[in-house]
Amino acid sequence: MTLGERANYIRSKNAGPFWMTIDIFCGSDAAYDQIGKSEALSPESIAGIFKTNAEAVRRFDIPALHVIKISMPRPYPQGSRHERDIHSGQQYVQILDLEL
Amino acid sequence: MKACRIFVPYGALGTGILEESFIRGVEMKPDAIVCDAGSTDSGPYYLGTGKGKYAKDSVKEDLRRMILAGHQRNIPVMVGSAGTCGTDSGVDSLCELCREICREEKIQMKAAKIYCQQQPEKIKEKYRNHQIIPLEGAKPIDEQVFEKCTNIVGLAGAEAFREALGQGADIVICGRATDTAIIAAIPLMRGCNEAGAWHGAKIAECGALCTTNPTGGGVFLTFDEKGFTIEPTSLDSRCTAYSVSSHMLYENADPYCLREPLGILNTKTAVYEELDERRVRVWGSTFTHMPYTIKLEGAAHTGYQTVTIVGIRDRRILKNPQAWLSRLETYVERKLDHFHIERSSYDIDFKMYGWNGVSGACPKAGYVPNEIGVVMTVTAQSQEQATRIAKIYNPYLLHFPIEPEEQLPTFAFIFSPAEMERGPVYEFMLHHVVKVEDPMELFHIETEMMT
Repeated sequence: MTLGERANYIRSKNAGPFWMTIDIFCGSDAAYDQIGKSEALSPESIAGIFKTNAEAVRRFDIPALHVIKISMPRPYPQGSRHERDIHSGQQYVQILDLEL
Repeated sequence: MKACRIFVPYGALGTGILEESFIRGVEMKPDAIVCDAGSTDSGPYYLGTGKGKYAKDSVKEDLRRMILAGHQRNIPVMVGSAGTCGTDSGVDSLCELCREICREEKIQMKAAKIYCQQQPEKIKEKYRNHQIIPLEGAKPIDEQVFEKCTNIVGLAGAEAFREALGQGADIVICGRATDTAIIAAIPLMRGCNEAGAWHGAKIAECGALCTTNPTGGGVFLTFDEKGFTIEPTSLDSRCTAYSVSSHMLYENADPYCLREPLGILNTKTAVYEELDERRVRVWGSTFTHMPYTIKLEGAAHTGYQTVTIVGIRDRRILKNPQAWLSRLETYVERKLDHFHIERSSYDIDFKMYGWNGVSGACPKAGYVPNEIGVVMTVTAQSQEQATRIAKIYNPYLLHFPIEPEEQLPTFAFIFSPAEMERGPVYEFMLHHVVKVEDPMELFHIETEMMT
């Protein structure tokens, strides 16, 4: 099963011009446990997809909300000449097909 | 019991809400009406140029409502991060709108203007004295960066608003400020719970985004000695423990901690209690004082851009667009060398929409699009040079063959001329804080009677 199939809702957004953050709303205890344990969301996996440093990837597991939050430095500051997504709003799509 | 009631009508000045939601917020008897008008979220252009993002008509309409309500109820109206980027020009253009409104409505208001723009020399001196500290993810800088930036702003804290209100202002227009300082300032002045003031401010800074209907309208906060209570002013919306607590995730790298000039808010121990269907009460977060720092934002002019867009439906190309584009690039690069245009003097970026325009990643094997839009962006040190290079590319973007010795194909331009000059482009350079002796060291306030 993929992350996109298991989670309720996933979004991405800038957290200031130099960071991006992804919020994974799992929707239930079971989904939260399964997604939380998956290697698919390891810092190395995330850093590989978003072309950033694995040591800089920060993860927060928030059981009260069934949310897993992953934040990382952007590969370049927002609005640089090679920008593809000014608000980082479409970047979450790159993790939807990860196998859990 | 110390208490303070704050109405936040808009997530950003210029985005508007329904009139009945605004009226309801005013009828709830706030002690102040406040909102934020800026963000870095729309990119470096606004800070680079000192221009605002929202239409003047929309901003003026929102501002007029706030000023009229403030005047009627005799309560302060405060706006932070004027003109999107919070430069001095942003403050001045918002004040011009205030003057127009006072004139049109025949009312008299005392305005305080908080200027937050920084002199490069002053910041450079701070840099030399090792008082500028990079935040995580900052690019390396040297002291030249401060002169390269066309505009540098410091983010004012709650102290700037307190100072402005202390001068008897009815309207406070502030340059760049932390989103939260605008809302937290008055509850802090009234002696409400410190962590509660910052936490409530963070929850309300995007207006109705912390409610069940993000497009619904404003939010109303009641701060007290223990925490705060929040509710929407729109009747079709609710605040729930989930909608309020999950707002800490939004556009925050860390879902619990928020650094302010004066210290750090930590919401990990906060309790969110639903009082009824529409109201949530929050307490239990902490605020730890730290050495006072001001966050800096700066954007520099880094070149000029010219853009060309071409649409492609040729099925032979669509099987492997990257192969066609790579051959085209190699071909035209040689041509640019032939004209003695140094490769280091320009940057060419292609995005193929319908293929991998947003991701930049390789699509799944076997994927063949119906059509793609190729966007070429040339960045160079002058507009003429960027357009010159785009024009050298023009015939090849229009006709570059798939196979040698075939009849020339023609692809789909959408404009004549195909080249679009984007003008100057900017980049964010600073992600740093500066240590200060006094919270007002980098800011100054001017007052003005508006009639």
